[in-house]
Amino acid sequence: MSARIQAPGGSTATRIGAMVLRHAYLLRTSWPRIFEMMYWPTIQMVLWGFFTVFLATKSSYIAQATGILISAVLLWDVLFRGQLGFSLSFLEEIWSRNLGNLSVSPLKPAELMAALMTMSVIRTLIGVLPAAGLAIVFYEVSVFELGLPLVAFFANLLVMGWAIGMLVCALILRVGLGAESVAWLAIFLIAPVSAIYYPVSVLPDWLQAVAWTLPTAAVFEGMRAILIDGQVRGDLLLRAALLNLLYLTVSAATFLYSFQVARRRGLLLQIGE
Amino acid sequence: MLSPVIEVAGLTKTFNGVTAVAGIDFTVSAGETVALLGANGAGKTTTLSMLLGLLLPSAGSVRVLGEDMIRHRYRVLGRLNFSSPYVDLPRRLTVWQNLMFFARLYGVPGARRRVLELAEQLDIADLLKQRSGNLSAGQKTRVSLAKALINAPELLLLDEPTASLDPDTGDWVRGFLEDYQRQSGAAILLASHNMAEVERLCDQVLMMSGGKIVDRGSPAALLERYAQDSLEGVFLDIARARQGPDAPERAAE
Repeated sequence: MSARIQAPGGSTATRIGAMVLRHAYLLRTSWPRIFEMMYWPTIQMVLWGFFTVFLATKSSYIAQATGILISAVLLWDVLFRGQLGFSLSFLEEIWSRNLGNLSVSPLKPAELMAALMTMSVIRTLIGVLPAAGLAIVFYEVSVFELGLPLVAFFANLLVMGWAIGMLVCALILRVGLGAESVAWLAIFLIAPVSAIYYPVSVLPDWLQAVAWTLPTAAVFEGMRAILIDGQVRGDLLLRAALLNLLYLTVSAATFLYSFQVARRRGLLLQIGE
Repeated sequence: MLSPVIEVAGLTKTFNGVTAVAGIDFTVSAGETVALLGANGAGKTTTLSMLLGLLLPSAGSVRVLGEDMIRHRYRVLGRLNFSSPYVDLPRRLTVWQNLMFFARLYGVPGARRRVLELAEQLDIADLLKQRSGNLSAGQKTRVSLAKALINAPELLLLDEPTASLDPDTGDWVRGFLEDYQRQSGAAILLASHNMAEVERLCDQVLMMSGGKIVDRGSPAALLERYAQDSLEGVFLDIARARQGPDAPERAAE
């Protein structure tokens, strides 16, 4: 038996890398998880694709920009998968009763958040890229034709997904696994006012005011501005980015605070199946 | 005088007005093995949780490896480790994947070499490709120990290290811990109600009851003080004294 090995060290990057490795191991050994990630975005895209084909002959609005619904579906899935990628990666730690191990390791809560964000990006790309590819094959609609603004849309939706994911995780830390279904439901609370498939202007005045407090409405309006008017709306992108900054700050603070409360109440060892 | 690895002063935890740990004081030195011994609900796990910084105390202080665990726990968490039946290793990951993950999380240099070394020492080399969720209780305990030793900790905290093991495996684990402690010079603090384990492994025993340390000393000193043949007798004396008025004080007298 060896007495002493070289003293352990490690940096923030190696700890985040270790967490990503842990989740990569999990995904590699579980094809149903990979399948589930790709399944819904693809099914959604196929459904809305046929709906687009049908509407294109009936509606001048769709006819002028055939890719509008498919692009909206794919971008909505970026938000949904981004949020699920964050929340489910956290839930995996609770389901496997590993949160106690992580909480006594040198991994800081902020590093855990960074790892969950990284996993969210990976899971989102696994889910959305095949659907985006199939949209080109089946309907000749390429979301990539949005060009560089697509990167801004993708980033903004992902960040909003993280912000919601952090609030979901904070809630689970506070009340336990009884709240896990919120991970699947939370995002749909903002769907009606996110102007995914219709412009903000169709909403009642008071709901329009609510919609403009969400980065998602700005992103989807920006998407329509490109697809219908061929116009890149910098003001909408800036609005989305600033709102995201605000939401991410509040959500990150709530997530970190809920960790602190869990420490005070002794929940970090107990939470699990 | 060996340097203290753990220094606890006036440590108290109350949950909604119920006192789980009531102002305890103790120190653990480098190279020492100390047991927290007590009945269910005595406050052992709560004390361990506070030592790890998993639970914030209501009052008092905890210093581990010279650092305040309430304010600066991340400075020392890489130098200690923990094993408990309350936590698990991710079940879908293989033993190899789990150990590699924790090696990287703790920033262990030469992670592969360290995992193989521990696999040999803990006799789990043939389990490395198995999923952690498919292991028996004895195999799981050895793998959990490998995880707890991955960073060659200067302080090892163990909660019920041989709970639910058959006598043979339990004996093997105790022998392993003895060897590890002797060769590494690490301090070990274990919470247990296995008297034989405590008698065999520990230099010092902290007898807990009702959230207080009601007595302390080496196993030999406690046996002499209570005129008992085994720690089980000491434990029962304390438990019975606890049932009367002024119990903790009486037991310690």
